[in-house]
Amino acid sequence: MSRLRRVPWGGLALAAALAVPAFGSRFYTFVATDVVILALFAVSLNLLLGYTGLVSFGHAAYFAIGAYTCGILMKKAAVPFALAWPAGGLLAAALALVFGFFCVRLTKIYFAMLTLAFAQIVWAICFKWNDVTGGEQGMPEVPYPELAWMARLPGLGDLRTSDHFYLLTVVLVGLCLGILRRIVGSPFGRILTTIRENPERAEFIGVDVRRYELVAFVIAGGFAGLAGALFGIFNRGVFPDFAYWPKSSEALIMTLLGGMGHFWGPAVGALVLLVLNQQITAYTEYWPFVLGTILIVLLFAFPGGIVGALDAAARRLGRRR
Amino acid sequence: MPDPSFLFAQALSGLTVAMFLFLIASGLSLIFGVLRVLNFAHGSFYMLGAYLAWQFVQWVGTGPGRFWWAAAGAAAGIAVLGGLVERLLLRHLYGKDELYQLLFTYALVLILSDVAKVAWGTGQLSVSRPPGLDGAVRLAGTVVPYYNLFILLLGPAIAVAFWVVLYRTRAGRLIRAAALDREMLGALGTDVNRLYTGVFVLGSFLAGLGGALVTPVKTIVPGMDVEIIVEAFIVVVIGGLGSFWGTFLGALVYGQVLSFGILVIPRFSIFSVFALMAVVLILRPWGLLGRPLR
Repeated sequence: MSRLRRVPWGGLALAAALAVPAFGSRFYTFVATDVVILALFAVSLNLLLGYTGLVSFGHAAYFAIGAYTCGILMKKAAVPFALAWPAGGLLAAALALVFGFFCVRLTKIYFAMLTLAFAQIVWAICFKWNDVTGGEQGMPEVPYPELAWMARLPGLGDLRTSDHFYLLTVVLVGLCLGILRRIVGSPFGRILTTIRENPERAEFIGVDVRRYELVAFVIAGGFAGLAGALFGIFNRGVFPDFAYWPKSSEALIMTLLGGMGHFWGPAVGALVLLVLNQQITAYTEYWPFVLGTILIVLLFAFPGGIVGALDAAARRLGRRR
Repeated sequence: MPDPSFLFAQALSGLTVAMFLFLIASGLSLIFGVLRVLNFAHGSFYMLGAYLAWQFVQWVGTGPGRFWWAAAGAAAGIAVLGGLVERLLLRHLYGKDELYQLLFTYALVLILSDVAKVAWGTGQLSVSRPPGLDGAVRLAGTVVPYYNLFILLLGPAIAVAFWVVLYRTRAGRLIRAAALDREMLGALGTDVNRLYTGVFVLGSFLAGLGGALVTPVKTIVPGMDVEIIVEAFIVVVIGGLGSFWGTFLGALVYGQVLSFGILVIPRFSIFSVFALMAVVLILRPWGLLGRPLR
């Protein structure tokens, strides 16, 4: 057991995240909101990728469904956020149940391709169904939730609305991550790991592999939907790009960058990738080139990602002492 | 009932699309069949083939026969690029998680798209049809350019040539053997590494050739890489990954579904092909003519 694992990383991260609005910078809050929401998206993907060993190439579908559901409810039906947000997660989970039912029947590369195919179907629908989704133009001007109550809380009165929304996001994402952490550590999570390590053996000891995979798929889809719902509000609009496959690969890259062998890995990956993106796009328009290069270096030199490399380094230090 | 000449025109345009797609998808399918790598960068090779062809046409001019030299040069250039990528990088990822191979080829997509932007800008480029094929003919009431007829003939010709190589030559037998059991083939004394490089080079050549030949009928724009790779994926999934005739069939089905899907549900024609892909994956994950993969 490495020394690093004893540090309460979750608590530290939460404290750091809550402190961001204190800087009073609009830009910091903007980046931090982006990071927090996409961290949830990437961690939800890692439930499949790192814990169950399922390579989903279409996770963006559930992100987009959450975003569209929450956005449409809030903008067109004036449903309060407290209802629209869970509805986004629920509908994404329901869709994951339908799609996942077919996906878990396939293995390996075919699983990846069917998830991709379903995600492209969702994208095509979002792209073309003008009456409901706004089609190619997307749906701009998703309203902020009612946040006036936060201004009345002590110490929060002089913050901007975007700061209020950020704090709400931190609390909600923190809750979601807490739940996911519990799921991963539960007996259910252990069985997922068993399935990743050896599906045949898991089957042999009486685990209904497909059912467990399906449940993991639904949970991952639901949390991706919750992340998407927050993102639509943060982004002030919902667009078909949310479901397009580069969005799925973005989450894959975050997960790999941070390290898929660790619960917090994808969150670290989201942080590093988005901050790097902000820094680099200020200098050059060729961000894809940089991203591709980072990815190749990562694949060849650090397949365990940032957290994996740090963990290995800490372990080596610990042994030397 | 729509006008039969209109239906004929739709079918013919679907068939032309299919032949181009076959050219691209056959390389993708070949690489997957032997190397078990799903090469996202295949579309990027196609795009670079188109840009290279344009570049060569600028250099050699548009006289008789010049276009074919440019196209051949572009395809050869892409074949070399493919060989380098396989030799220097991809080789080290064999035997690892397929996620790593997928993300590696995706990284290539990102890098090559920016390389093309730096080299050729973001504007639209076009190449005129080669002399001798720039006319058109009236067939059953529709105007068909000669160049499209040429593509309609070229597709089956390449399919036949491919078939001869795969089923009638020693190299083809080795390729098929490697697809079935690479370890056994290596144990029998074949240099599997060289075979893999060869297959990757051949696949890249086909992508480059497809890109070069598409230039007279399509403008060259950034983003054509992503567009074609999605289509080629659908084709090989429908036909069966790694299956030769499956790819041919997949391309034909795709072309017809696309050109008639527009008539039935105009706004959802993209939807119809994705739906077709999903249905095939659900019912026969290994594709219409593919073999179940263990």
